[in-house]
Amino acid sequence: MPEITYLEAIRQAMWEEMKRDERVFLIGEDIGRYGGAFGVTMGMLDEFGPERIRETPISEPTIIGAAVGAALLGMRPIAEIMFMDFVLLVMDQLANQAAKMRFMFGGKATVPMVVRMPGGSGSGAAAQHSQSLESMLMHIPGLKVVIPSTPYDAKGLLLSAIRDPNPVCFVEHKLLYKTKGLVPEGEYTIPLGQADIKRSGKDITVVTASVMVQKTLRASEKLAQEGIDVEVVDVRTLRPLDIDTILQSVRKTGRLLVVHEACETGGWAGEVIARVAGSPVFDYIDAPIMRLAGKDIPIPYNRILERAAVPQEEDIEHQIRNIVQLAY
Amino acid sequence: MTEDPSNKLHANSIRLKMERLHLSETDIVEMYRTMCVIRLFEYTADKLYAMGKVHGTMHLSAGQEAVAVGTGKAARSDDYLINHHRGHGHFISKGADVNLMMAEFLGKDTGYCRGRGGSMHIADIDSNSLGANGIVGGGIPQAVGVGLALQMKRVDQIVIAIFGDGAANEGVFHEAMNMASLWKLPILYICENNQYGMSMHVQQVSAKLPIAQRADAYGMRWACIDGNDVLEVYETMKDAIEYVRSGEGPVLIEAQTYRYFGHSKSDRNLYRTKEEIETWRRTKDPIELFKTSLIRAGIMDEDTALEINGYAEKIIEKAVEFAENSPEPDVSSLMEYLYA
Repeated sequence: MPEITYLEAIRQAMWEEMKRDERVFLIGEDIGRYGGAFGVTMGMLDEFGPERIRETPISEPTIIGAAVGAALLGMRPIAEIMFMDFVLLVMDQLANQAAKMRFMFGGKATVPMVVRMPGGSGSGAAAQHSQSLESMLMHIPGLKVVIPSTPYDAKGLLLSAIRDPNPVCFVEHKLLYKTKGLVPEGEYTIPLGQADIKRSGKDITVVTASVMVQKTLRASEKLAQEGIDVEVVDVRTLRPLDIDTILQSVRKTGRLLVVHEACETGGWAGEVIARVAGSPVFDYIDAPIMRLAGKDIPIPYNRILERAAVPQEEDIEHQIRNIVQLAY
Repeated sequence: MTEDPSNKLHANSIRLKMERLHLSETDIVEMYRTMCVIRLFEYTADKLYAMGKVHGTMHLSAGQEAVAVGTGKAARSDDYLINHHRGHGHFISKGADVNLMMAEFLGKDTGYCRGRGGSMHIADIDSNSLGANGIVGGGIPQAVGVGLALQMKRVDQIVIAIFGDGAANEGVFHEAMNMASLWKLPILYICENNQYGMSMHVQQVSAKLPIAQRADAYGMRWACIDGNDVLEVYETMKDAIEYVRSGEGPVLIEAQTYRYFGHSKSDRNLYRTKEEIETWRRTKDPIELFKTSLIRAGIMDEDTALEINGYAEKIIEKAVEFAENSPEPDVSSLMEYLYA
């Protein structure tokens, strides 16, 4: 199995699906010769031509509106929003339109579209190019939210997202683009709504996603040397959320920490914790349920400040140790 | 009694117009009938609301029937429609089933959207009506995607996207016109200018009028027409549709009209005078103007007009009956159509 990057895995998924299905096309800013701001679509213009690699003016609301309209006619648009922050410009088309149509029109409309968007901090892009807005997206009934952490997951989940008859927000992470992993060539899909246990352990469950999965895995290796055995649950999709896998894990370990980069207040950790706390699994819990999230601030530019704004490996390690040692 | 010579002149002129537009007397009478059905649908909706039978709001298009009917008649039945919140007339003119519309208006399970959408969100995907929109300007960028899909599929259907004067000041108007023209998409944009965006007169909110001249900035063809003259609407839309269908690119038509009812049920008409409304009704009513013209030309007489009204009354009565006798959606179906 070849080792490729997260970025290449995303490109491969789109490439292969465009070969298989002529209804699939890309629409977004600078996705042609430039290859997209991060190079994800590099080379696709030459392969598929300007009609299917549809470069647009800087008009985000109409990019998403156009995806909605095309999807209503049975096309399978994949829209690229250059930075996740810009999704705030398109919330009407995404949340009021795409997300509502199937329900609001009595089940008759389907809106099969994917909106890809790189989120997250760590690249010095500051407050308007570094946000993690996935919690906001998952609050909207009618939007699926996918947030892969590895090249393998990225490809399999993106194929499912493209084939899904409903609007899917596909949240990529800038810092993951160059990370490598084994990815099979050709077709495979990972169902939306299926979490993945990235590391099996017995002492504590850490529920996390995206770049925080990688950070948590590294922290877990260090903690293993101290005899703390961490189970890492990668949710992979926030909506639908695979609560069963989370509950099973917590039932086994008796401890729960949720880690995400998104700001703490109103962040999705609260949702996971509420569901666990309200379930019969609550009886199995031996320690305070905790969350570790981005600070409630805009992402600062300065390298040191930026790093301090979101959970780092050492913060995760520290928090896990605390919870395990606090056990009563 | 000697015949008024001006009637003869008028008759000649309307017959010449019909000939030029390839409209038969049957076509003309059918257009008149559809206008009457729309008017009656709106009056009945208002009455049902006054009787306390309507749960939500409504946006009535009485006074604007010529835009809907002139456009509907000029379009092909397989063309796509995206319209705005004041959309009953457009649907009826596209051939929607008034029973299902009325049922949706009353929130019934038999309605177009099984009572999930209401007046503001009627859609009939099967007949290429892609939905009215509760967000002002919400459909304008969607038309770009529909146009794009039609272009990519190499079919000769077009999309007709209707929005109001208020929507022309949304940012997506600029974005979408630019993209539609840039890519020569098969879109007929219609700005149905009924003079008011809620309470604001178009002159209070527009730096330069007419709205349609903004098309110049995008290299698009445009026209600003009397939207209360159904034959003028028909002729303009027919030409525009032909142009759009030929692949030359989008067109923007502004149709000047007037709404008789308030913006929605909360409107107390504080921003305009009764005299203004009465003047439009008395001198510019699209149905009265058309009727007078047809009678003068001898295409229709008073009896036929009465008959047509009776017909409209009957089908609207039946629609109300259908809607009232329809079941409410069952609460057990609440979560249907949800996937995430």
